[in-house]
Amino acid sequence: MADPVLAVNNITLTFGGVTALDDVSFAIQPGEILGLIGPNGAGKTTCFNVVTGVYRPTAGDVSFQGQPLAGMKRHQITRLGIARTFQNIRLFKSMTALENVMVGADARHSTGVLSALFRLPRHRREEREGEDRAMELLRFMGLQAKCDELAANLSYGDQRRLEIARAMATKPALLCLDEPAAGFNPVEKRTLMTLIHNVRDQGYTVLLIEHDMRLVMGVTDRIVVLEFGKKIAEGSPDVIRNDPAVIAAYLGVDEESEATDEPAITDGGDRAS
Amino acid sequence: MSSTASASGSSSARERRSFRTRISALPKPAKLGLMVLAALFAYALPLLEPPFITTPGTDFGGVLFTVAVYMLVALGLNIVVGYAGLLDLGYVAFYAVGAYTVAVLTSEHGNWPYLLAIPMAVGVAMLSGLALGAPTLRVRGDYLAIVTLGFGEIVRLTLVNTPWLGSAAGIARIDRPPSIELFTIPHLNWDTGVPLVDFGQTTIFVRFGVLDLIPYYWLALTVIILVLFGDKLIKDSRVGRSWEATREDEDAAELMGVPTFRFKLLAFAMGAFVGGLSGALFAGRQGFVSPQSFLLLLSILFVAAVVVGGQGNRWGVMIGAAIVAYLPERFRGFEEWRVMLFGAALIVLAIYRPQGILPPRRTVRARRMEQEIEELEEGTEEEGARG
Amino acid sequence: MFLFEHFFELTLTGLALGSVYGLVALGYTMVYGVLQLINFAHSEVFMYGTFAVVWTLYVLGGTPTTSTGGVIGMLLASLVIAMVVSGGVALLLERVAYRPLINRNAPKLVALISAIGASFVLAEVIGLRGRIAGALGLDDNIGRFVQRSRDATGMPVEIVPQPVVRIVDYTVTNIDLLVILSALLMMVMVDQYIRRSRLGRGIRAVAQDPESAALMGVNSTRIVQLTFLLGGLMAGAAATLYMIRIGVTRFDAGFILGVKAFTAAVMGGIGNLRGALVGGLVLGVAENWGSALIGTQWKDVVAFCLLVLILLFRPTGLLGESLGKARV
Repeated sequence: MADPVLAVNNITLTFGGVTALDDVSFAIQPGEILGLIGPNGAGKTTCFNVVTGVYRPTAGDVSFQGQPLAGMKRHQITRLGIARTFQNIRLFKSMTALENVMVGADARHSTGVLSALFRLPRHRREEREGEDRAMELLRFMGLQAKCDELAANLSYGDQRRLEIARAMATKPALLCLDEPAAGFNPVEKRTLMTLIHNVRDQGYTVLLIEHDMRLVMGVTDRIVVLEFGKKIAEGSPDVIRNDPAVIAAYLGVDEESEATDEPAITDGGDRAS
Repeated sequence: MSSTASASGSSSARERRSFRTRISALPKPAKLGLMVLAALFAYALPLLEPPFITTPGTDFGGVLFTVAVYMLVALGLNIVVGYAGLLDLGYVAFYAVGAYTVAVLTSEHGNWPYLLAIPMAVGVAMLSGLALGAPTLRVRGDYLAIVTLGFGEIVRLTLVNTPWLGSAAGIARIDRPPSIELFTIPHLNWDTGVPLVDFGQTTIFVRFGVLDLIPYYWLALTVIILVLFGDKLIKDSRVGRSWEATREDEDAAELMGVPTFRFKLLAFAMGAFVGGLSGALFAGRQGFVSPQSFLLLLSILFVAAVVVGGQGNRWGVMIGAAIVAYLPERFRGFEEWRVMLFGAALIVLAIYRPQGILPPRRTVRARRMEQEIEELEEGTEEEGARG
Repeated sequence: MFLFEHFFELTLTGLALGSVYGLVALGYTMVYGVLQLINFAHSEVFMYGTFAVVWTLYVLGGTPTTSTGGVIGMLLASLVIAMVVSGGVALLLERVAYRPLINRNAPKLVALISAIGASFVLAEVIGLRGRIAGALGLDDNIGRFVQRSRDATGMPVEIVPQPVVRIVDYTVTNIDLLVILSALLMMVMVDQYIRRSRLGRGIRAVAQDPESAALMGVNSTRIVQLTFLLGGLMAGAAATLYMIRIGVTRFDAGFILGVKAFTAAVMGGIGNLRGALVGGLVLGVAENWGSALIGTQWKDVVAFCLLVLILLFRPTGLLGESLGKARV
């Protein structure tokens, strides 16, 4: 078996008196789509933040393609190959869609003041490459017509897709998506599921946080379940669906589904192909 | 908001935007031609002595020089504040460093020729920018403002208290730029209401003397044009994008791979470069420097120029600088009220139009899209009004 | 060496000066704690207090020959008036320059720009008061109040410090004690008010979590106004003590003192009330020691350098906590 793309080893994170993550470990294989689920406050976004270098773990380590991430700066981690989107969309509002994605592409470039000032070949090459790659990604997301629209003026769904395009522009090996379907209607969710599969087919590995069970069951290869900062289950969607610990964790959150007679954890009936 | 109010508001906005869109929609050679014409006009301005614009009682060339230097400073500060989003309230420090470096090198301390002193002045200013930035740019945004303010004052107080730098009296007998006297150009005279060529009022091309300040203005104008080019080249590149991303959302930018600290430091260095250059020009024209020319008030006026004009927009900040520098000279009685009026302008602008007179421009394509959207909206507005 | 020979003089006069810094620092620290805003114009709130003191004395007919009892009475009246005036200016500032921006959640840079503008307008109104009075065609009777607007204005009454006790190299005067003790007293009063009163709890709530506070029914506009008012009242008190001790003011007297008071607030831990006092005292003493070591002309540089160093190495300040945290 190849080296895991990401290995999270015994990560513990405490702030003040709160233990946000408690001895969490899991690994992601290349080409996998791994889902990270759990009730609110379980520590999912915190986990993302540790992986992308936003938080330093109190104990444990994370390694990416065999390389430990300890002490690395955030932009270095991105250059290493981990990219992410945000739960509450953080696009560069006053820049156009194209410019947003090009910032992502810039992560792989090294043009500086001198190259820019004298329009040296490196600048010209990197600008062309960046723009081409950005347009390609916008096309992939269906946003090419809106490339010159300000990010602030895009629709909610377009903004979410733009964020994914921007993250992809950094040429990551691992793409971390934080609730990419939040606020989407069922049709949009289904399109997103296809999109995520297409992303994986392009060669990316995906780590996904999501609340929508149908989407998670339908799109992921494996799932890790967190509750109160601890990992309580790990396995394929079928295994997770039937895991008593997971069901118990969600039981408290499931008054709505009881009321509508839906099962506590829905199956991947609408699996996208 | 009543419909009539919004209609009239948007129609003037429409007109304004249409003018700018029309200009930017012109084909490239036409735009180039317009710019060359504008530049020629700028050079010729002091010779033309247009009646309502010239400043009574003060040498017009000198006023134009001051305006030009302020514009240059505003361009430099625009990089720091407008592009990178770093509030620097002590920018006058770089200006002072540039001026004093030229002073120290060209006066009896060093006896260097003026032109050789300029690169040194710029270099020292850049170094001071890096020295200031390296420790302070890790500090939170609003604290950075106070730290830079402190730094500006530390520089000034050091100048006042260091005998080697002339203390309160400053340094005199600074070298002027080198002159080559080629030919003489007459001015226009409007005394009779009709422009007449006046051979009594002439400017020698190019003599940097004491009485006729127009050649200094020409020098400053040339520097501005060069800086404008450099600014555009750098802004429309990875560097400019990284600055904008850092300004918009520093954490997200870092997570998208932008080495934000490095770029913030770069912005400081670039800003210091331009600031130092302006200071060097100022010293060459003035012939002496003293700490009195570098008060905190000047830093605040510079920031006012950038904010009023439209931070992030190189033309906007130049307009802001022109307003800050020109109005008190043109309306002499205005001088006293200048600070109060600018203070009031800052409050009003902060509340009603924080983006300034000219907000940052976006790409030509984006503006064209906006115009299309506007036209669509106008169509529906009219229909709504009729219906 | 000078520092050691005059150690107690430098230290005690430093404490007196530092007490004034501390009172003004309260205003900065409270507004920052509640709004995360640097109230750049707080220095002018203080400056207006100083003029209020002088003008009250003019109105009450104070002269160098007024009796000691008379002077004390007049100063008490000035204290009240100065506090009212500074409080009023602070409220005006909040209403005109900040509230529109707070209401629409404007970015901090924009608020700072507005604050800078307000600072200049307020200072210039005093600096140009002669011209303004002339332009409005006001009576010559107010000449005394508006003449020579750009020059320093002194106290019309004489305040002669009386020696109280001698400590080694320095004779502590009654003025020194008055300044230090009244500052401490006012500090304690504000601290108690914030900790115990309903409105004080509201301030702490808004500082800690504005959204939850609003959900709990706390009127944030009122709280913000109260915060500005308290800061203004303290600045007015500081202004009175300042005029008693230093005796001279000018339209730009606020600026340097403001930066130093802000330094004190940051040094003590921005948002921390007790920190404001501690920071002020430390700064006052440090300034004096510094000027003894490297020369009085570098006095102001000491304050600026301390500010830069603190922000670089310990931005949370000496006492490090914030207004929001409940103190047990």
